[in-house]
Amino acid sequence: MRHKYLKNATTLSLIAEKCTGCGKCTEVCPHGVFDMDDGKTPIVHKDLCMECGACALNCPARAIEVNAGVGCATAIIKSWFTGEEPTCGCSDNGGCC
Amino acid sequence: MSENNCCCPSSGCCGTSAIQTVSTQLTFQDRLGAWKVRWGIGRMNYTVDPGIYAVGNPDEKSPVLVSANYKLTFDTLRRHLSGVDCWLLLLDTKGVNVWCAAGKGTFGTDELVERIKAVGLSEIVAHKKLYLPQLGAPGVNAHEVRQRTGFFVTFGPVRAIDIKPYIAAGYIATKEMRTVRFTIWDRLVLTPIELIAAAKVSLMVFGVLFLINLFAARPFGFLDFLAYAAAVLIGTVVTPVLLPFVPGKAFAFKGWLLGAIGTVLIVWAYGWFASSTLLLAIGYTLSLPALAAFLAMNFTGASTYTSPSGVLKEMKTSLPFIALSLLAGIVLILIKTIIG
Repeated sequence: MRHKYLKNATTLSLIAEKCTGCGKCTEVCPHGVFDMDDGKTPIVHKDLCMECGACALNCPARAIEVNAGVGCATAIIKSWFTGEEPTCGCSDNGGCC
Repeated sequence: MSENNCCCPSSGCCGTSAIQTVSTQLTFQDRLGAWKVRWGIGRMNYTVDPGIYAVGNPDEKSPVLVSANYKLTFDTLRRHLSGVDCWLLLLDTKGVNVWCAAGKGTFGTDELVERIKAVGLSEIVAHKKLYLPQLGAPGVNAHEVRQRTGFFVTFGPVRAIDIKPYIAAGYIATKEMRTVRFTIWDRLVLTPIELIAAAKVSLMVFGVLFLINLFAARPFGFLDFLAYAAAVLIGTVVTPVLLPFVPGKAFAFKGWLLGAIGTVLIVWAYGWFASSTLLLAIGYTLSLPALAAFLAMNFTGASTYTSPSGVLKEMKTSLPFIALSLLAGIVLILIKTIIG
């Protein structure tokens, strides 16, 4: 069964003029958001995007923009108290060794 | 960033020792270790030394697979490499899995570039190819690695189990191999950690309830505990396991819905909807589903498909309801407890 999350929430956008159609985004996207089509790589399933940022980081043409981050309520709540960016990891006692 | 001197074992990780060969068979110790970290025991210190390892009998033409130094990741990977001759390059992710470390940036471009140089990869293999798990992509910029080291990064399949078919197919990943799943089993193995975290906080709640019981007209008892425990279980285990089958999209809503059904059934079975205990019944019906909603919302962090924008949206909508409902419920319960 396919998981579905909130609609129209993602900040993902593609600047079509910059896209060279290399297809790197289809290689790195874990949710099949992109699809190759006539030498361009349009976003086809926008609501499946989880804003991991893999596509934007690996786009050689810098044609993809997204506010990447972790989709974690605990991390977001923690960031409200610490004032820092929400980060993944439940390691309060983490650190090195 | 990749300085790991304090994590070096006494047996010296920094010498020019021969490359260690790793087994593709897991021992009982490995399996026990995996079980323990799932329950939160020693989870933040479950690491292997970063560096280069051999699987099978690799030579200068063998492929190089890159992964994280979380032992659970390392064990899963090597278990699926029986019969493969390859090199494993483990990055220092501080014992965090590939995906989370990529999000943090520890499974990142800089660490990969430095690790390639530190192990002298150019002297070990004669080619310039690296295979990374696809979920390392949020942290690793493939073209930057190529510019800085000459190595070509290819992102392979998401799951270790697909590596052998991927190699057999000539290093071509199918769409299936590229897509993250979140099966009922994937969800189930993540629930103990949620349960343990909730149980720790619950101990404090029980402490407070114990103090209240000292002067309460109607002390908290086993039935109250059961209703509470059910809500915690619904939020941390039942909702995550049933996730796609529960109506709604927001995790908080899913948790609230199951929490409401569970609480109403339990309170009704207790017969607390009678007029003498109605205050208590309403109090629990308001507070416990809100608690389950909050706990379920925290599972967004464990899920593989929630975006930060989506989670923020969900939180802005649901947190006011959760807080109000919880507060109103607690007030009603306390009134009944103190006045009797």
